[in-house]
Amino acid sequence: MEVYIQQMVNGLDKGSAYALIALGLTLIFGTLGVVNFAHGALFMIGAFCAVTLSRILTFSHEVVDETRTDFLGNPLKVDVPYIYDIFGEATGSVIIDWAVPLSILFAIPVMIAIGVIMERGLIRHFYKRAHADQILVTFGLAIVLQEIIKYFYGANPIQTPMPDAFEGVFDIGAIIGFGTGEILYPYWRLIYFGFAMVIVAAVFAFLQFTTFGMVVRAGMADRETVGLLGIDIDKRFTLMFGIAAAVAGLAGVMYAPIVSPNYHMGMDFLVLSFVVVVVGGMGSLPGAVLAGFLLGILESLASLQEVVALVPGINQVIIYLVAIIILLTRPRGLMGRKGVMED
Amino acid sequence: MGILEVSGVNKRFGGLQALGDVNLDIVENTIHAIIGPNGAGKSTLLNCLIGKLDPDTGSVMFDGKPVLGLAPHQINQMGISRVFQTPEIFAELTVLENVVIPCFAKRDGPFRMHAYESVFHENELMDKAESILRDLNMHMKKEMHAGALSRGDKRRLEMAMCLVQEPKLLLLDEPTAGMARADTNNTIDLLKEIKEKRDITMVVIEHDMHVVFSLAEKISVLAQGSIIAEGLPQDIKGNPKVQEAYLGGAQL
Amino acid sequence: MLGLNKKDFLLLLIVTMLTMLAPFVLNPFPEGSALAQFNAGYPDLMQRFVIFGIFAIGFNILFGLTGYLSFGHAAFLGVGSYAAIWMMKLLTMNVIPAIIVAVVVAGLFSVVVGFISLRRSGIYFSILTLAFAMMSYQLAYSVLTPITGGETGLQPKVNDPRLLDSALVDGATPTANLFGLSMRSSYELEIGSWLFTFNAGYYVAAVVMLLSFYLAIRIFRSPFGMMLRAVKSNQNRMKYTGLNPKPYTLAAFVISGMYAGLAGGLMVAMDSQVGPERMFWTASGEVVLMTILGGVGTLIGPVLGAGAIKYMENIISKINTEILHSWFSFLPDGLEDLIVNLTYPFIGKGWHLTLGIVFMLVVIFLPGGLVEGAQRIAGLIRRKDKSGGMPPASAKAEPAE
Repeated sequence: MEVYIQQMVNGLDKGSAYALIALGLTLIFGTLGVVNFAHGALFMIGAFCAVTLSRILTFSHEVVDETRTDFLGNPLKVDVPYIYDIFGEATGSVIIDWAVPLSILFAIPVMIAIGVIMERGLIRHFYKRAHADQILVTFGLAIVLQEIIKYFYGANPIQTPMPDAFEGVFDIGAIIGFGTGEILYPYWRLIYFGFAMVIVAAVFAFLQFTTFGMVVRAGMADRETVGLLGIDIDKRFTLMFGIAAAVAGLAGVMYAPIVSPNYHMGMDFLVLSFVVVVVGGMGSLPGAVLAGFLLGILESLASLQEVVALVPGINQVIIYLVAIIILLTRPRGLMGRKGVMED
Repeated sequence: MGILEVSGVNKRFGGLQALGDVNLDIVENTIHAIIGPNGAGKSTLLNCLIGKLDPDTGSVMFDGKPVLGLAPHQINQMGISRVFQTPEIFAELTVLENVVIPCFAKRDGPFRMHAYESVFHENELMDKAESILRDLNMHMKKEMHAGALSRGDKRRLEMAMCLVQEPKLLLLDEPTAGMARADTNNTIDLLKEIKEKRDITMVVIEHDMHVVFSLAEKISVLAQGSIIAEGLPQDIKGNPKVQEAYLGGAQL
Repeated sequence: MLGLNKKDFLLLLIVTMLTMLAPFVLNPFPEGSALAQFNAGYPDLMQRFVIFGIFAIGFNILFGLTGYLSFGHAAFLGVGSYAAIWMMKLLTMNVIPAIIVAVVVAGLFSVVVGFISLRRSGIYFSILTLAFAMMSYQLAYSVLTPITGGETGLQPKVNDPRLLDSALVDGATPTANLFGLSMRSSYELEIGSWLFTFNAGYYVAAVVMLLSFYLAIRIFRSPFGMMLRAVKSNQNRMKYTGLNPKPYTLAAFVISGMYAGLAGGLMVAMDSQVGPERMFWTASGEVVLMTILGGVGTLIGPVLGAGAIKYMENIISKINTEILHSWFSFLPDGLEDLIVNLTYPFIGKGWHLTLGIVFMLVVIFLPGGLVEGAQRIAGLIRRKDKSGGMPPASAKAEPAE
């Protein structure tokens, strides 16, 4: 029993990432009708926002430390981050330690800006073109974005540590009545899960309770009619694209300590996130979130020793298999509306 | 015995009775119009005839063979062609290709792996396609892309695509919808001409009374999913039930 | 001629001439000259031109004619490669059985994948094919290691059974051959400071490519090809015309899968190795790029696109800063450095960036690819000749060029 629960919680963090990326994909597809193959790249850029901020924060100048000497007896030169000069060493080191969470503040405006530029500069010219064209141009964009990142940050994964306070593991087992140490879950992953839930809740609340969200929801249901009402739907949709980009970016920022960011992480997640969207139901936001977690957990459960022994390799292909079965038996997905993109 | 027999067809959508016990008997070599106010179930009926919808109960026999449950391409292969409200053509293909495709369908059936010889070596079919284009005054446009045709010509082309198959039954779904009066009259003339030239049965769904009374040899009136009257045009004109259904009593 | 009309025959003739004379055509610059790095006439690259040409020609039969965008065709190429290498391990190093079996196995696999994927259309079809390809890749990488060699892939080994071949001489390595003619054997011709290489493998692949190209022309011009274009244009009309689009689309899918398998088999025939990365979805994306870049739905487009991308990959990725400096050395120093620095991200390892940008530009501004570009330029020239007197010639009249 413990093993299964352990495996289920292990699936949560990946599931959270799937859910957040799929949420953005669905927002974009639902509002703009665009299939965005560059969405994974936005997730990747988010992760690199974290890398960038930690680099900025640790930006240093050389100072001669008179109190210490190197092995030749000369005074030791040490790198001191500028941030120490501004806030003092104590505060400065805390800020550096908290670089990843701080990156959230940094990433939100950056990602919204990237999203808006993308929509204004490129995507909007493709609303009326075939889905195949949209796939192709965003696929091209994804290549460009990841190559730019590769140019500036190199091809190797970059370790991006979490704050020291979140090192270590959380003993879930002890809390829910199993033995201590039976079910363990790293603190950071727990935080990631909570963070994802907050973002999901925020997006839903935003769509539910603001006028802006109401218009967007109405637009998702029937774009032409809303346009006829004299509401400038295009402007709102542009911002919606920005928000979707921010959601993907934030998912990436907080994921950086879990998997060291590399330039192709976006592509890796993109394929799976598309599968998630399809399973959840094209155009259904709750479906995307639900399917994200479900598939994350399912993937994790399929890696159980017993399961793999029974069906070798199932852990590698379970998500694709589920997607194929869903598409063939229930093309609108788990929670998709009838008639929306069913063929 | 008609060529197309519809008996006891019922179709419900949720709580709505779209078709209630519809019986129809289409006689060979007539133009039979089905008319009725909006929402009377005309399109539903048509969709049941061509395999797009399956009725809940009832049967549809064509030429003595059941039609229900067959796929659209199978129904076409039995000899039923259909003209749509908005012309359905192969917009990216040339006019000639548009017409030659139905010829292949008629000769080779729903699928044939015919991948080595050139289309242009099929002289017999090409001649057939060209002659129907001549018949319909479209021959000079045969190299044009079908999508570039005017609306009237698209309709004409679609008609050509159906006729070249020499169907036993031609279904027309509001063939003059959205047309200007002049175009409408052209279409009426075209249909009459076709009827004169060959043996063909036509079922026309229409709510333009001008079209109906210029064309139809027999009329069935559909209202709220049921046939409320059936007969020759002059009988229908004077039928009080029809006037009630259409205009709430005013004269047609 | 050969059952083709004059225009198609001319096209085939030109392509034949170019492929046969490729060792000359692609090596216009003398050895050791500054421009020698633009030469593409070496066997390895020429082989890739024609092999990816085959892959793209086949892909175009599906995507160009029916409009179904598959994102999983690399899987068929990979399966073909694995099948071919097993033939080399079990049967013989002769490439003929390897290539034939590659086509057959890829064809069978594409029947299965196509049958399931084609129950949906549009993006769902794209995602289904993507899912199948990723599954194949993951399986080849992990569980199927006994068959695929996992991460390291497969090569013919000295002690493989090879039932039809006589035992190797001690110390000899198994080499792919065509009835004894090694695929690696080359004849070098030196004329002045030019060096031309005629490689057996290249000519085998080129002949196969020409046959594939010829077949593709026949398919394009056949009733079957016309039906495939009808699938793309209006499936609804097709059904009400008495045609069943499903088997047509499936047939196109399987044909393109077999072309991919053929390309995979030829790859093995050339370099006698295979690894799972051949099936990764970016490899599927690459063939999409080739087809679009060249001109989707046109006959010559995919071949051009395959050539252009493989050329860029090889040539641009070889350019480095030193070469750039030598090119721009005529400029004043500051300007030279500036230009070199600006160009640097797009060359060498950055060639993917160039590729992505070119690809986006093509999709945005030139959806018909290089072929449409050529037509537009030709149209412009024609218009200039007539000094604006005539309206522009109907440039779009015959897209299948």
